[in-house]
Amino acid sequence: MSYDQTQSLMSWGRYPTVKQAVYSALSPLRIEPSAWGSNWLPYGNGRSYGDVCLNEGGILVPTRRLDKFLSFDKQSGLLTVESGVLLSEILSVAVPQGFFLPVTPGTKFVTVGGAIANDVHGKNHHRAGTFGHHVTRLSLLRSDGTIYECSLQENEALFRATVAGMGLTGLILNATIKMIPIVSDQIAQETIKFETLTEFFQISSQSEAKYDYTVAWIDCIKAAPHLGRGHMICGNHSDVAGTLCAGKAPKLALPFNFPSWLLNGTTVGVFNEVYYQRQRSKLKKRSVHYDPFFYPLDGILNWNRMYGKEGFVQFQTVIPKPEAQAAVTEILKIASASGMGSFLAVLKEFGQMKSVGTLSFPRPGVTLCLDFPMRAHKTVPLMQRLEQITVDSGGALYSAKDALMSAASYAQMYPALSEFTKWIDPHCSSSFARRVGII
Amino acid sequence: MDRSSLFLIVCKKGWYYMKTVLVLGATSAIVLETIKHYAQTGAKILLVGRDALNLQRIADDLKVRGASAVNCYVNELSGTDSARQLFAQIPDDEKNEIDIVYIGYGLLPDNEQSIKDEPLRHAALQVNFLSVVEHILQWFNFFVPFGMQTNISRNRVIAVISSVAGLRGRRTNAVYGAAKGGLNTFLSGLRSKGTESGVRVLTILPGFVDTPMTAGIKKGPLFASAEVVGKRIFQALQGKDDVLYVPWFWRLIMLIICLIPEKIFKKLKF
Repeated sequence: MSYDQTQSLMSWGRYPTVKQAVYSALSPLRIEPSAWGSNWLPYGNGRSYGDVCLNEGGILVPTRRLDKFLSFDKQSGLLTVESGVLLSEILSVAVPQGFFLPVTPGTKFVTVGGAIANDVHGKNHHRAGTFGHHVTRLSLLRSDGTIYECSLQENEALFRATVAGMGLTGLILNATIKMIPIVSDQIAQETIKFETLTEFFQISSQSEAKYDYTVAWIDCIKAAPHLGRGHMICGNHSDVAGTLCAGKAPKLALPFNFPSWLLNGTTVGVFNEVYYQRQRSKLKKRSVHYDPFFYPLDGILNWNRMYGKEGFVQFQTVIPKPEAQAAVTEILKIASASGMGSFLAVLKEFGQMKSVGTLSFPRPGVTLCLDFPMRAHKTVPLMQRLEQITVDSGGALYSAKDALMSAASYAQMYPALSEFTKWIDPHCSSSFARRVGII
Repeated sequence: MDRSSLFLIVCKKGWYYMKTVLVLGATSAIVLETIKHYAQTGAKILLVGRDALNLQRIADDLKVRGASAVNCYVNELSGTDSARQLFAQIPDDEKNEIDIVYIGYGLLPDNEQSIKDEPLRHAALQVNFLSVVEHILQWFNFFVPFGMQTNISRNRVIAVISSVAGLRGRRTNAVYGAAKGGLNTFLSGLRSKGTESGVRVLTILPGFVDTPMTAGIKKGPLFASAEVVGKRIFQALQGKDDVLYVPWFWRLIMLIICLIPEKIFKKLKF
């Protein structure tokens, strides 16, 4: 954790960069929202991509000083922590004691507050739903100084607004998570190589029936007939009792921004070819530590610098099942034709569980995640086309990743918006909320 | 007690038992990072600080991390009588359990201000040097009779967070440097005295660390995180170091700094 008051705060995509003030004097035992003015937003660890964690012209209230564990009942698995605790810190304490996070996103460097505010999801969505499904209660501080105890049993509507509420309902002080018991830090992993997108759809439901965790990495540079080839990566927590060691700290860090020409269609195409052919056989099983299974990129600190100074944007969409294959094929064709390198392309089928939050992103369908370097004249029209395909297919974009979508699209993707607005704290706002018309 | 900690423990040479650590300055970022590791080994931790609520919050956190027991003692720490008061606060049976006294509280005043302002200057010297000496001596004198008995193999440690700033006075850090310099000299004298009775005195010399104390200072590449520093101190406490430079490269940097002739050094602006 950095105590540095001189640094400016950004989002993970490093786009957009905005001017905002930072309230750096948060004292965990004497929190006074009246000192934050009338336009503030809580800020966790800044791992969301676009502007959902930014507040241009306003104040950000960093929560990382709320970094303590409050209690852990090992009989019930209920862990209560302050909202600034990172998921990585939870793992370093819980794994040696035989417990794991019930849902984890692709990076462990997010705060609990951030995980709730974006209602993050993971590779086990088809079994376990979202992070919000496993939060049994939370304490919310509003700008008038009132603290609300929120859960499905108490202040339910405020709870549902706060889950996926992007910090707009107030500052989460602490929350209780129901952890899951494990007997080993290993994951029994199976990787299946598939040649086409059609094959992905064929094997996806089979994999989801056998495995708790499934996700596909796909090559989005390669054009037809191999469009959408990739690896289906599945895993279960090992049921063989073994060591319970938390992961090691990353040793590799990118100390500076790469030049922006480094990641392009050609270089990424080469990377994808090597990565796809890395596995010779069709099916491969092995046991891996949970760290590289869940958090392959966390091993490189500041990997976002690979995209250069202008930053990058992420496109994550969910398309309902009937339209999914056609829409995903079209999106991949456009992405491949654009020549803009995206080597982090991820595809997964969501489960049927209805999300807890009023504005939660995950819903039944197929989710596709791509990223593109930010080259304003090329990236913006590309993202607009992809956004249109999403809207036309009845899908939605993920606010935690978005930097460009229009207010009209947002309203169509999140029809429950009118239920949410009454719970917004009058003194909370964000760049994202103003851009897409929530505020 | 988790299985992987047990694994660590039986790996160590010789008999290893659950330590009891007395912590002065529990709210310091570096100190917290060190005692998190002790908590994970199931240690018993005695927290001493000024704010009872904050101590309780830290105690709850350490218990979740695995500490076998955590007791809190509210004490001013930097007062002229604080050391004697603290000694009286802790019950005798707990006193006898203490293996490590870890002192990490301090105050970094603005240098220009402390040169002009007498109360601030005196506070800096009292907090960083004089009160620390009193605490150290309370426990050193308590530990000495134990060490004399040869059938007891427990080695008590008094570990104090000083600073590389104490190794040579600089234009921008005269008062704080003086306090830490005095502390370093006292610690090395006491270390020598401690060899008579098996009491280990560890001088911890961090360089630039990213903590609330340096929050207003622009961070350069030499800055280390509190996590890294805290962990290194935890490792050093298991070993036999007398003086710990953390991170390690400060040993080289300070060697050069201390070798620069005064004629040149006095003209440097940092």
